[in-house]
Amino acid sequence: MAKLKYDKNGRLLFTKEMKKEYTILFPMMAPIHFNIVRNVFLHYGYNAVLLDTDGPEIAQTGLKYVHNDTCYPALLVIGQFIHALQSGKYDLDRTALMITQTGGGCRASNYIHLLRKALRKAGFEQVPVVSLNLSGMEKNSGFRITLPMVLRIVSAVVYGDMLMLLNNQIKPYEVRQGESAELVDRWTEKLTDQFARGLGYKTKEIEENLDKICADFKKIEVDRVPKIKVGIVGEIYVKYARLGNNDLERFLEEQDCEICLPGLMGFGLFKVDNRLEDCKLYGGSRIKYRAVKFLMDYLTRIEEIMAQSAVKYGFTPPYEYKNTKKAVKDVIGYGSKMGEGWLLTAEMIELAETGFENIVCTQPFGCLPNHINGKGMIRKIRSINPKANIVAIDYDPGATYVNQENRIKLMLAVAKENLSAASAVTEEL
Amino acid sequence: MRVGIDVGSTTVKCVVLDDCNRLVYSTYERHFSQITQKIAEILNAAAEAVPECVNAPLAMSGSAGMGIAQNCGVDFVQEVYATRVAANTFLPGTDAIIELGGEDAKILFLTGGMEFRMNGTCAGGTGAFIDQMATLLDVELGELNTLAASYEKIYTIASRCGVFAKTDIQPLLNQGARKNDIAASIFCAVVNQTVAGLAQGREIKGNVVYLGGPLTFMPELRNRFDIELGTKGACPENSLYYVAMGAALCAENAVDFNELREKTANYSGSGNFAFNPPLFETEKDYADFTERHGRANVKTAELKGYNGGTYIGIDAGSTTVKAVVMGENNEILFSKYLPNSGNPVPIIKEFFEELYRMAPDIKITAGAVTGYGEEIIKNAFGVDYGIVETVAHFTAAKFFMPDVEFVIDIGGQDIKCFKVHAGAIDNIFLNEACSSGCGSFLQTFANALGYSIEDFSKLGLFGRHPVDLGSRCTVFMNSSVKQAQKDGATIEDISAGLSLSVVKNALYKVIRASTPDELGKKIVVQGGTFLNDAVLRAFEQEMGVQVVRPTIAGLMGAYGAALYAKDKAKTDGTKKSSVCTADELTSFVHKISVVNCGMCSNNCRLTVNTFADGRKFIGGNRCEKPITKKSPDTELNIYEYKQQLLESYKPVKGSRGVVGLPMGLNLYEMLPFWHTFFTKLGFEVVHSPLNSKNIYRKGTHTIPSDTVCFPAKLIHGHVQTLIDDGVKTIFYPCLSYNIDEGLGDNHYNCPVVAYYPEVIKSNMSDIEKITFINPYLGIHRPKDFPKKAFTALSEYFQGLTQREVNDASKAAYAEYKAYLQKIREKGEEIIEKSRASGKQIIVLSGRPYHVDPEINHGIDRLISSLGASIISEDVISSRVNKFHTGVLNQWTYHSRLYAAAKYVGTQKDMNLVQLVSFGCGVDAITTDEVRDILEKSGKIYTQIKIDEITNLGAVKIRLRSLFATL
Repeated sequence: MAKLKYDKNGRLLFTKEMKKEYTILFPMMAPIHFNIVRNVFLHYGYNAVLLDTDGPEIAQTGLKYVHNDTCYPALLVIGQFIHALQSGKYDLDRTALMITQTGGGCRASNYIHLLRKALRKAGFEQVPVVSLNLSGMEKNSGFRITLPMVLRIVSAVVYGDMLMLLNNQIKPYEVRQGESAELVDRWTEKLTDQFARGLGYKTKEIEENLDKICADFKKIEVDRVPKIKVGIVGEIYVKYARLGNNDLERFLEEQDCEICLPGLMGFGLFKVDNRLEDCKLYGGSRIKYRAVKFLMDYLTRIEEIMAQSAVKYGFTPPYEYKNTKKAVKDVIGYGSKMGEGWLLTAEMIELAETGFENIVCTQPFGCLPNHINGKGMIRKIRSINPKANIVAIDYDPGATYVNQENRIKLMLAVAKENLSAASAVTEEL
Repeated sequence: MRVGIDVGSTTVKCVVLDDCNRLVYSTYERHFSQITQKIAEILNAAAEAVPECVNAPLAMSGSAGMGIAQNCGVDFVQEVYATRVAANTFLPGTDAIIELGGEDAKILFLTGGMEFRMNGTCAGGTGAFIDQMATLLDVELGELNTLAASYEKIYTIASRCGVFAKTDIQPLLNQGARKNDIAASIFCAVVNQTVAGLAQGREIKGNVVYLGGPLTFMPELRNRFDIELGTKGACPENSLYYVAMGAALCAENAVDFNELREKTANYSGSGNFAFNPPLFETEKDYADFTERHGRANVKTAELKGYNGGTYIGIDAGSTTVKAVVMGENNEILFSKYLPNSGNPVPIIKEFFEELYRMAPDIKITAGAVTGYGEEIIKNAFGVDYGIVETVAHFTAAKFFMPDVEFVIDIGGQDIKCFKVHAGAIDNIFLNEACSSGCGSFLQTFANALGYSIEDFSKLGLFGRHPVDLGSRCTVFMNSSVKQAQKDGATIEDISAGLSLSVVKNALYKVIRASTPDELGKKIVVQGGTFLNDAVLRAFEQEMGVQVVRPTIAGLMGAYGAALYAKDKAKTDGTKKSSVCTADELTSFVHKISVVNCGMCSNNCRLTVNTFADGRKFIGGNRCEKPITKKSPDTELNIYEYKQQLLESYKPVKGSRGVVGLPMGLNLYEMLPFWHTFFTKLGFEVVHSPLNSKNIYRKGTHTIPSDTVCFPAKLIHGHVQTLIDDGVKTIFYPCLSYNIDEGLGDNHYNCPVVAYYPEVIKSNMSDIEKITFINPYLGIHRPKDFPKKAFTALSEYFQGLTQREVNDASKAAYAEYKAYLQKIREKGEEIIEKSRASGKQIIVLSGRPYHVDPEINHGIDRLISSLGASIISEDVISSRVNKFHTGVLNQWTYHSRLYAAAKYVGTQKDMNLVQLVSFGCGVDAITTDEVRDILEKSGKIYTQIKIDEITNLGAVKIRLRSLFATL
């Protein structure tokens, strides 16, 4: 069994021996993306397990081990980990946890520390926690992010975004139900297989794959009846994670809506671009700037490819970061970077401009950056685009579905009225 | 003919419209959460009254109707939307609608950009809130309205949520404020809440219409809205039925009544709710349980014929008043447990009258009083001693278990718990204003569901599937209960679930314990709420330990006070108590008047209680000034000094015009910096007041997020003040980063402090009338700052030169450094003087803007009046080197906290008290860490949560308990 080793501050390290013996648990967020990402970890020899548990016990466990005023995603993610460790399913001497760490000025950078505190409280001190970040925080000898690995993760995000986008555009209209979801599964397998053979993450290969994906979705037979179009924005965890937003996507599907969730690429680009913006606003090293710029240009190129392939097959293309950024100019400063920052505001503006004027803005109860970028900007967005029909929903262990659904239904009632007014106009023409 | 049914949170409404949309039938009834039954009844009644409607198109609306409609296949119309549809038909020309329901508040803007708003999840119920307040005042709803009609003064009552308001009203009642004034103040709070929570920057004007139960039944509430909005709204005919009428108007599909009745009767929900194991499996378990707890009892004796010395203990609590007469052998001779219907004085008077009637020759050796009403009772009846509640409870707990390790007391309004270490109170937990979940909470719930509290809690004992309701505030609980009912939970399950949630609330929100080991093995539970066997059992079950509950659990405070009086009388050699005699009682007079203090800018509203012999007792004061006529000691108080020092940065006339700075968040401490910077550049720098008194309300209607912290909400008022004062240029920068003081891993500001200028810019309409400058600046990079600042400012001011900005920047950094240095020097002086005179030093820490008296509510002065001196975290934070913390140490202001806590651990005569703004997300992280750091060096951690209004009574208990342990 691997020996427990600690750094000088007493942090339990994830060692090379552990890599061989340990199972690494990590929490589910965006299902399509994370399933592909998990396979990247598997390929690199990490026995990664994606925790997709749900149920009220998870929040209850979180409440027990985390300060109750901490944001909901922290409660859930930590609750999910501890719940899993307590379940008896995992060998506690051979299990590690993995969590992302952004290092921004929001509370989220502290999740990993809150997790360790909770582990101590729950008596799981022997369980190491691995920080997944690109800032070089918390190094571990048994876990190293290499460039090829980063490239695969990036491509996993690209594929995830594309599959999610097309699935959302096709699923509400498909003639034979389930076809779209099936296609997502098939491509997840296909891509995993490619990664395993060292394929699928070079720009050229991405371009080819995306083309094939679009072509496959194009083949699904659809019936285009007008539906209410709803965009979802928000704090990243509650925006994507079923566990966090009480399965908002399913609820909206049941209400017969077409959904648009802006992708994870935008968020990634935003986080990278923040480093450039920091340099521009406050000054900073030229060399660092150039290195970051190089990465930025690479990601921008990939985004262009995504948009081109979607357009080629007649799909609504994914939002491109450079356009999103333009949309928010003079509305809020590019320096507002904590949490989802100005990107959240920008996504609302862009959604409203592209036909998704009905928007659910999700946030954990008391989310600090969303006081600014979410709720704080709705008035402004409505002054720019009066059609914007936005409802802000708080998620919290105490908030009930009834309350949330009722507010969403109010937004949908307005949306429905607008939709029938619009179709009446179309008919007249 | 069309039918609409509105199933709200507390009532069901049903209407029938004829083909010309005339209302031919309507009914309005409370459903006491028996929704399906009520719907069936209402359908019967409608069918009887209008037989031809039994197969008419029908639609449902209302928050509680959603599930049923879905289940029974009936059309559902969202209620706000329904209101809008009805208003279009029946009230053309309406500009805005304010509708208050049982638990929802809505504002609809119909013209000039249609917008519908509903209260968020935190805003608290409105009708339910008024109900709660009426219960608190012990009046009927109608009477509440009548009372409010003839008021003299309005008190400020927190409007954030019911629990907050309650904690404001309780002390007012205890101090003897008039019910008329309180009733009017409650209405005022409802209005403020609605406006602050829902207007979000939009003015409510034009033809305003009031709808819904509370506004229909309470003309004074409408009146209050009229006053606050400066308008004259109308309450139309059928104002209760707009939602139901809207539903009827939207009804398209015919529904057969018989079928619907059948379907609703069969609607039992999914049965799919989270639940816990039952409290008791069998009757025998319960019998064993009662037998075990029956053993923790106290001797009693007959009062009649007793002729030894007696000791009186009084606990004037928030919802109940308890009194005990104890003999020389600690036996209880007489006790009383009475509801406190607002004013404890007449209740205690009755107690004494009864006592003297029963035992005219009683020899009272000494008496002591504790609880919220301590001061007024002590004054009114000449009680010998007053003690702080925690000490009273500890004294009583020790009697039952001499080696007790942990005491938890859940009363009507508060939760008090403390750990005992080496025979002294070591660590105190009190519930914050937000987490109610106490006795009165269960009571209100029981009443709302149509039960007495006793019957209701008994139901829970054998509930098979106690609902898991989580641990949150009353408002959340209301909707959780609704959800559970919808999912098919029985009343037994809900009762048991509520008892569990009281326990969870205490354990996980107040104490923050995760295992019994943290609390110790020897636990005494007490307080009236633990007399409830369901709560007691839930506690034992959740913690997995057997605890001691004295049979007099509800009297522990009073009994402890009596024990204390006995002990104290022995040490003091008291032979005869100064308590009112029977004779004195016959001439007992108690008058109450309300005045404004006017002795300082706080202008506290005082309630003056006058007694027969002309003695006076003053309540409502924040400091000792109105009593002693002397200013509080300000010399050893750094908060006072900081204000004076900041006040010294006066405007200097300049050639480039005026720049205004709103004082709060990231500008408060940076005033020396920006004042110097702009003064050097030739601007006249004015700032909004350092004390936010009276300016909060100026900006409330422009706050977009009602859950943001109070300091952020205040900024709206500051900006408005500057604009109202004619300032044409306001500077309020965005600062992602603060100055790096070398104490942490990074030096951020929190997101709200960093970016709030963006919220101001986008939500305050008057901003468009002025120049608002909010550049992103990097004060953390002094080398780059001048260049960046020059570029940013040149956009607004012509003729600035880089050189000028360089010089100004240099001076600004120097001035800021000098300012911090002055604070440290003054702090050192305070420390030295305190040590010379043997005073305790309290490090009152928080954020720089907590210096604003409107934010800290004069807690610094309260500490002064308790005899300690005050420094702040920045005085001592530079005395330690950077060290490793258990959390990511990345915010400048918060790094100071950790450093200060570390230093306090090394100083015998220092203790740290942390001010935490309600809703501060960052402090969810810092509080635990600061506590850890302090406890590692054996110090007690004290946290005080502050908000718009803070109940200083609770703060005082906490501080007095802290001082009692030192």
